[in-house]
Amino acid sequence: MIGTVKNIIEVKNLYVYYAKFQALKGINLNIQANCISALIGPSGCGKSTFLRALNRMNDLIEGARTEGQVYFDGKNIYHPDTDLLTLRRRVGMVFQRPNPFPLSIEDNVTYGLKVHGLTARNFLEERLYRSLQAVNLWEELKDRLDENALKLTGEQQQRLCIARLLALEPEVVLMDEPCSALDPMATGRIEDLMYELKKDYTIVIVTHNMQQAARVSDYTGYFLLGDLVEFGETNQIFTSPQDKRTEDYITGRFG
Amino acid sequence: MTKIERNERLIRLCLLVVAFSAISVLAVITIFIFEQGTPIMFKYGFKNFLLGQDWYPSEKSFGLFPMIVGSLMVTLGALIIGVPLGLASAIFLTEFSNRRLARILKPFIELLAGIPSVVYGFIGLMFLIPFIRENLGGPGLSVLASSIILGVMILPTVTSIAIDSIRAVPDSFREGSIALGATKWQTVKMVILPAARSGIVAGVVLGMGRAIGETMAVIMVAGNAAAIPDSILAPVRTLTSNIALEMAYASGEHRQALFATGVILFVIIMILNTIANLTSARQKKR
Ligand SMILES: Nc1ncnc2c1ncn2[C@@H]1O[C@H](COP(=O)(O)OP(=O)(O)OP(=O)(O)O)[C@@H](O)[C@H]1O
Ligand SMILES: [Mg+2]
Repeated sequence: MIGTVKNIIEVKNLYVYYAKFQALKGINLNIQANCISALIGPSGCGKSTFLRALNRMNDLIEGARTEGQVYFDGKNIYHPDTDLLTLRRRVGMVFQRPNPFPLSIEDNVTYGLKVHGLTARNFLEERLYRSLQAVNLWEELKDRLDENALKLTGEQQQRLCIARLLALEPEVVLMDEPCSALDPMATGRIEDLMYELKKDYTIVIVTHNMQQAARVSDYTGYFLLGDLVEFGETNQIFTSPQDKRTEDYITGRFG
Repeated sequence: MTKIERNERLIRLCLLVVAFSAISVLAVITIFIFEQGTPIMFKYGFKNFLLGQDWYPSEKSFGLFPMIVGSLMVTLGALIIGVPLGLASAIFLTEFSNRRLARILKPFIELLAGIPSVVYGFIGLMFLIPFIRENLGGPGLSVLASSIILGVMILPTVTSIAIDSIRAVPDSFREGSIALGATKWQTVKMVILPAARSGIVAGVVLGMGRAIGETMAVIMVAGNAAAIPDSILAPVRTLTSNIALEMAYASGEHRQALFATGVILFVIIMILNTIANLTSARQKKR
């Protein structure tokens, strides 16, 4: 990477428990700004748990408990004074299954702005246009803005969910297997989109698809049973992994 | 034809017969009411029935307007009281209370629906009527008392159906909203309630049906004067009460006029249901 390196997120000794079960066992990891970081690993190893720890979505789960620190923009988000609403606005999330609200397309995109008290009409319209442009939906949907978003195709829905985040101009976009419900063509187009978004946003993506991690990401982390086994530049992870377990996984000799 | 196919046919036939006989019983009742009630309306004129202000059956004066107004007033009153309360409890129990409390309280709420209406009427008579009479004035037996009693009676219906439809809203909507930095209340207001709307409306329609059809409890607290109430503290008579109070001794044209009351009640309920269904369908399409 050229220029100064800025860690937008620094994770220190992160433990997450579901009741007594230890889902993350002391994770240390830095996420660089304006990069795509991919998290890979077998099912149940804690990728989603980790991602959800970055904008405190685990708080919603009854019985989930977090220890350790996550510094976002220099501040520990687990400090009791953290304003969760602002945190989630700045660190947004795209889910595995597209989950647009059962509202009109327009209301979906402006939702985040409205809940944060931004209601000036011109402003909403401008953000609506810009966000839909950014995810390449504007031309397709500009005449259907008042239609119910649930009528859209899976790919359009996922794009809309991304647009709904971008409308808030977050700094970090967390994506939990954003393409797993999409066909390969749609997946390719969403990957192109991520590449474009990298200019303005920091992206952390969880994926089961190693080719996808290799294609889109700058950094890759390999999780196994709640541990971060290895984290480094994607090229290096895929060509010369330092840890035997990583090597086994990416060469398909896992398990 | 194989044995399985023959069996399938037989089952279909049986179901058809059962369904048809259930529906035909309803049809027979409807036809009977109309057959008994409409001739007298033709004889004295629809207008006199619908808009006439005087109900003196012995003098052949069959104006049902006060009762129509009465039914609509107490039903509206019941909705004004029952719907916000029911919706608020449903929202509280599903979204804001812990799961254990909701599990304990929901069966309790549903139990309330099983209490016989005469008990509600009795409680109204014992506590509500004196309270209104002493604190607000009037005879106590009133539109207000009827609305409150009916509002409480429809509460379980509205609440438990709203709870079911709010629970049916997928968690992914909640997560999506919270992840954008919305508060819980914003999520409920802007996502959950719109998503659950058609179920909630269905509950309100059922509650409305119960309110407009309720007889016993209303007779006990309404005062039953066959005149248009001039305030919410004045007595009122509903269409159902009109039938129930007089059926026992009515004969001849008086009796037919009570069937005519049933016809009007029937039509009003049909109209209200249709309006409610249309508005929810229209809102959903948007
Ligand atoms: N709400 C929960 N309650 C209890 N245990 C949970 C909960 N969510 C996840 N777990 C457990 O925590 C571990 C990590 O789960 P997580 O969803 O983070 O894995 P993952 O790597 O995202 O898996 P996948 O690739 O299947 O999505 C798993 O063993 C899972 O069973
Ligand atoms: Mg996962």
